[in-house]
Amino acid sequence: MLRYLTKRFAYYAVLLVAAVFLAYALAGAALQPRVYFEAKVPRPAAASVERQLTDLNLNDRTPVVERFGHWAGDLLLHGDLGRTIHDTPVMDDFRRRVWVSLRLLLIGSLLGMVLGVAAGAWSAVRQYRISDRLLTVLSFVLLSTPVFLVALFLKNGAIAAKDAVGHEVVPFTGYETPGLSGGLGAHLADWALHLLLPTLSLALGGLATYSRYQRGTMLDVLGADYLRTAEAKGLTRGRALVKHGLRTAVIPMSTMFAYSFLGIFTGAAFTETIFGWHGMGEWFIQSVNEQDVNAVVAVNLFAAVVVLASGFLADTLHAALDPRVRS
Amino acid sequence: MTAVIAESAGPAEPAGPGSPAAPAVPGPTGRGRIVLARLLAARWAVVGAVIVLLLFLLAFGGGFLTPWDYATPDYGALRQPPSGTHWFGTNGVGQDVFAQTVRGLQKSLVIGLLVALFSTVLASLVGACAGYFGGWTDRLLMFLVDLMLVFPSFLVITIVSPRLKGAGWLAFVLLLALFNWMITARVVRSMTISLREREFVRAAQFMGVRPLRIISRHILPNVASFLIIDATIAVGGAVMSETALSYFGFGVKAPDVSLGTLLAAGTSEAPVFPWLFYFAAGLLVLFVLAVNLIGDGLRDALDPTSEGARRPRRSRRSRTRAGAGASAGASAGASAGASASASASASASASASATTKRTSA
Repeated sequence: MLRYLTKRFAYYAVLLVAAVFLAYALAGAALQPRVYFEAKVPRPAAASVERQLTDLNLNDRTPVVERFGHWAGDLLLHGDLGRTIHDTPVMDDFRRRVWVSLRLLLIGSLLGMVLGVAAGAWSAVRQYRISDRLLTVLSFVLLSTPVFLVALFLKNGAIAAKDAVGHEVVPFTGYETPGLSGGLGAHLADWALHLLLPTLSLALGGLATYSRYQRGTMLDVLGADYLRTAEAKGLTRGRALVKHGLRTAVIPMSTMFAYSFLGIFTGAAFTETIFGWHGMGEWFIQSVNEQDVNAVVAVNLFAAVVVLASGFLADTLHAALDPRVRS
Repeated sequence: MTAVIAESAGPAEPAGPGSPAAPAVPGPTGRGRIVLARLLAARWAVVGAVIVLLLFLLAFGGGFLTPWDYATPDYGALRQPPSGTHWFGTNGVGQDVFAQTVRGLQKSLVIGLLVALFSTVLASLVGACAGYFGGWTDRLLMFLVDLMLVFPSFLVITIVSPRLKGAGWLAFVLLLALFNWMITARVVRSMTISLREREFVRAAQFMGVRPLRIISRHILPNVASFLIIDATIAVGGAVMSETALSYFGFGVKAPDVSLGTLLAAGTSEAPVFPWLFYFAAGLLVLFVLAVNLIGDGLRDALDPTSEGARRPRRSRRSRTRAGAGASAGASAGASAGASASASASASASASASATTKRTSA
């Protein structure tokens, strides 16, 4: 198992380097920090623009490979992600925003996974009953609604509730109440309440996709002979289903978790923008508009690391559940 | 949805535990007819097809129903609710929301169709080549696939799309297609690998047929049903990606309208002027839902091992479990299991790719 995982890890490391280089080259070629500086009022002198660009390692007259080498060297030696277009360290923004995003991403995707697997398995066991049919209809409607639209519906619902009651029922902007007094408990409750709608908008999509898929794999397993054998040797149906059925039915899902994490990341970028969270996604959209190459690359790096980490986790899960993979 | 379909068709099935798995098709005279008959039997797929057809009629013919143009403002009616003159109301500058919605729907549908077409063609070519040739071709192509999967497509589109202003929406279509083929290609590859060992492919190889010809004549027709299903669902996924990107200003640009730009324009006013938002939102969800229904029905119709086709076995099994003997169900399960092994992985990954596509929106 260790050998298998080491091999996967090495592969992911190569992928990461290639992806980051591509992101850097692409951002360096497509974004135009020069235009940003030249558009300033009053218009700065050409020499000053040139110097600022070179200082920030953004000068498009130096080859991309050279700029990338400079950037990667700083990152590896000093853990430095370069400077933003406003001449502040990218790392400062990165540190501040990474937890905002991770909080949303982790809770949203985990909730979607667990609920989706549970709902799918439950729905398969109760195939053709009312609950199964309701879940099927619900997941089809959710599957057909883009994440940003789900988020907008939730936000509009919260606004409508506020207008109806007269005060804010569920918060729909930001991730904390500014200037909140009180102890740790009050802060935690405040965080949880702010997390509710954005997390829900991410988790609902996951719930719909995973439950459809889990229902299918679970149905295949339900008819299997080994499940009958497990019951015949004295296990209750429930225990047999969980110990032998669910375990087998979750295996094909582990690959899907990895692939769909990227989708969740994209969804989170939209969700953050809609709910006014100052996370990585919002930062990204803002930096693209400001032609801020280093910040854009930092977000790409974050996304690649998150996706590869989830891929590695999925591999580990797969290897742990399925002994055939380990050999 | 399959559950609903299966249930509604259920009572017609023979109930006896010993009866053969009776197909709902009269006289199997050809694959095309079987598929069509199965598709028509799946009521929800028919409903989906009718909805898609109506939406296309609306998108391309709706403009002739109203005297209003999507761009010309009616200064006498600003932010008017839906009425006889303006069916979907008007927006802040007095433009007719119905005309705008029709126009946006048209653009979104065209983009969705083209993206699905391009990405499916690309995916089948790359997947089939990787699977058929194996070795370094395979390794290289799969590394490319993995690389593009790691590379957040949304981020790349966001970076590149402002530079494509002059190239218009067709460049946007190509860009979307370029980031939408990877998972399909993976599935096609794994199907090709198993097809490569089959007798008819071997025979063609020994007869000296050239590889590219084998791929186009023998491999691709055998993965066609998966590709059709996948392309159908990809249309829905592409429309969702398009609207999401346009919503944030990275897709279709200002003089043009799509459902995404309409939603973006209507969002802030949605609580007070709901017609600016909910008509476009409703049509978007309706279209994708209808496409998904068709895709689901197609999966049942084209794939002999899918849930819909397996239905008789399942219902009988549950009955025997409730009753006395279990042997009938077990034997049915064994026979179905043997035939399932060939394409089970394909159908499983088909739904996987469909669902993964969805999340990219």
